[in-house]
Amino acid sequence: MPWITRGLSEGVPTSRYPRQPDGYGPTWFGSVAVRSQQDTGREIVTGQVGTGSGRGVVECPTGAISAAGSQITVDRGRCILCARCIGNEPGIFESDPSVEVAVSGREMLVVVDGDSGPALGQEDDARLIQLQASLAKRTRRLHRSIHIRHVDAGSDGSEEWEIAALTNPVYDVQRLGIFFTSSPRHADVLLVTGAGSAGMLEPLKKTFDAMPSPKVVIAAGTDAISGGLLAGNYATSGGIGEALPVDVWVPGSPPSPFSLLHAILLAVGLLPARSAGATDSLDTTRPSRRPNQRRRTGRRAKRAPEGQGQ
Amino acid sequence: MTRSGPLRPATGTEAAGAPLATRVPLGDLGTEVAGLTSRGARFAGLFAIPDPSGTRLVAVSALPGSLVVMESHVPAGQDSFPALTPMVPAAAWYEREIHDLFGLHPSGHPRLDPLILPLAEQSSRPDPMEAAGPHAGPGERPGEGPYRSNRPAELDSTPLPAHLKGEGVFTIPYGPVRSGVFESIEYLLETAGEVVPHLRSRIHHKHRGIERSFEGMTTADAVLLAERMEGVASVAHAIAFCEAVERISGATIPRNAELLRVVHAELERIANHLDSMIRHTEAAGQAVAFARLSLHKERILRLVARLCGHRFGRGVVQPGGVLGPPRAGSSEVLTALERIEASLRADTDLLMRTPSFLDRLRGTGVLPRDLVAAHGALGPVAKGSGQLDDARLDRPYAAYARLGWEPFRPRDGGDALARQWVRLDEIWGSFHLARQALDEMVEPAPWHVPLPDADGEAIGWAEAPQGEVLYLVKVEQGRVTRVKPRSASFHNLAIFPAAFPKDIFTDFAFIEASFGFSVAGAAG
Repeated sequence: MPWITRGLSEGVPTSRYPRQPDGYGPTWFGSVAVRSQQDTGREIVTGQVGTGSGRGVVECPTGAISAAGSQITVDRGRCILCARCIGNEPGIFESDPSVEVAVSGREMLVVVDGDSGPALGQEDDARLIQLQASLAKRTRRLHRSIHIRHVDAGSDGSEEWEIAALTNPVYDVQRLGIFFTSSPRHADVLLVTGAGSAGMLEPLKKTFDAMPSPKVVIAAGTDAISGGLLAGNYATSGGIGEALPVDVWVPGSPPSPFSLLHAILLAVGLLPARSAGATDSLDTTRPSRRPNQRRRTGRRAKRAPEGQGQ
Repeated sequence: MTRSGPLRPATGTEAAGAPLATRVPLGDLGTEVAGLTSRGARFAGLFAIPDPSGTRLVAVSALPGSLVVMESHVPAGQDSFPALTPMVPAAAWYEREIHDLFGLHPSGHPRLDPLILPLAEQSSRPDPMEAAGPHAGPGERPGEGPYRSNRPAELDSTPLPAHLKGEGVFTIPYGPVRSGVFESIEYLLETAGEVVPHLRSRIHHKHRGIERSFEGMTTADAVLLAERMEGVASVAHAIAFCEAVERISGATIPRNAELLRVVHAELERIANHLDSMIRHTEAAGQAVAFARLSLHKERILRLVARLCGHRFGRGVVQPGGVLGPPRAGSSEVLTALERIEASLRADTDLLMRTPSFLDRLRGTGVLPRDLVAAHGALGPVAKGSGQLDDARLDRPYAAYARLGWEPFRPRDGGDALARQWVRLDEIWGSFHLARQALDEMVEPAPWHVPLPDADGEAIGWAEAPQGEVLYLVKVEQGRVTRVKPRSASFHNLAIFPAAFPKDIFTDFAFIEASFGFSVAGAAG
């Protein structure tokens, strides 16, 4: 009985995301953005690890920054958000607090100057539409509640905390019809963390193979996308994309719970493939496609009893 | 054998590669270390550092107030050394690790199963007689050691260990992909049904080769990697690494930096202990307590993000100090801490009076005190069995020596409940320390000092939420050439099986949660 009053003691702390924007994001570095370069007028040289941060030299521990002349790009898939570039060159780099950092194509993580979002030209638009179509093809049959199987393929442990946070009262993903499952047999989404340590590649592939189709793979975190600081050593691969067909990429070291939620919603086709900006897509609620309604209409034979496992 | 204080600060005048500590003949290392532990020292680790003339073996023992470091040399061409394990059982995992990574055979080791490297890789290992296999060249392993030049060990995949025999005994493999959101680890539960007399932990699935990736990095980059060695204890690892680097260069960091390190380290401790308690409540089906504690943990992580822009405090601790002042004012943080603490106290007071919860923890996973003392267990695992060892008190670093402490309550039940009480005590202690540190911070003041270039070796330490973290760091010409991180998770995981003999399958989740280890930190 006393637990009932404790449970009610502080009201409802649950976020309204994605139906309404959540005000939490701006307290941290969501991702690195490149300021417009038109007025600096000096050549930028990117340094390898540890070349020092002299004038005009931008050092990045993971080599996420590259430059051709005055054109600078940041590969968010390699960025571990150490924010050193922002500290050393605040005129070039800035922090983008948006939590909606997940994308449906690896190349879309590479951002150029003056664009806080993924690099997109006309050519890219066509590619994006194609990506969206292929993603929709994979996910449109998931017309029911979504079951996620998580596999740690060599993470540092923090990603697991952020995933576990999705079940806390603040994020509470069950409200969206999203559940974590023990068995790959009725999982729709494979959420992979870690850079792909040699000892986990086989269990990872086996888990993937044990899942029914259609299935969606999310690479969660910079380590999972590119290997981060560990890329290419004797025990770690350069990201799980080398082992599995990845559909959604969510950078971060680790990605915040909101970013993970964004990735999951993107993976199951509940958000448009590219978020033009935080508020745009946050407001994009399409009632007919909300997961709770899908659960009522889209019952399928594959569906397993809920609430089993841990 | 002499005591070398808290490792003589290796100043810039010392040549690179100067010995860390007392040299001991290789054959005497075991007896020397055993002699220390018999006189009350805690065995803290055995590490290998390759050098051109062979491999240095560094044994670290802890006494209140100092670390005792002894070193022996294995000449090049010799691929074995007398094992310490028969005399110092706590060295068992360290020697298995050295065997895996450096190809040195600890002769006399009672059970030299592979530990760190994936089994598949080992079974397809090149015959050492064929010399240059794909991995045989230098530079493949930490410190450019020769890759497994010795005879391959028996694989760990035999169904039973030699010492567990009986009718109907079988092995249940559990993991590495486990039910729920967990780090990957594989357990082999050896049982005749229901009770678990023995189990083995396979951590190699998550081995990431971190030690190797450290090599060649600048200290500024290396601290980023140290933060990712054990991601849930980023701050403690960063502090231990930076303490070593600062000891090498002989620098004293600004007072404010020391205080801010304490603030972040203590917030990290609160979050970790809450995580352990959350897993207890989840296993016990305490839905409301689970939700409440999860909410408090989220609030702590958000407070950390408010302070520094990262939910795990990464990027704060840097060699020479901290990145800069906190992004939130002290009064704002103090108010937030006060609110969280009051709300958390109300919840935990109720939780620790809830019989259906306590019944699952009481008498579960009992670790006898003598075993804990003999192994030199760390952190809450040791404190729950009455073994008080805390680097913050015994070998104060950062600002801990100047802060006031609430006395530790002795908890010696040795069971999961005792460890839970230890965590609660530590949480209140952490609030107390963080408040003091915030109060003492003054602005404007320097937050960072440039470190003079210096070569040398040193050991840095910090008390992570899991227990003491050690960093053995060697710096040459501004680059890190060898880093050996030793997490408390690695050390404690070795006695994890000892907590099981009287317990049954359904106790597993509680015992595991009460240890609170991180697989990433153990596997490296």
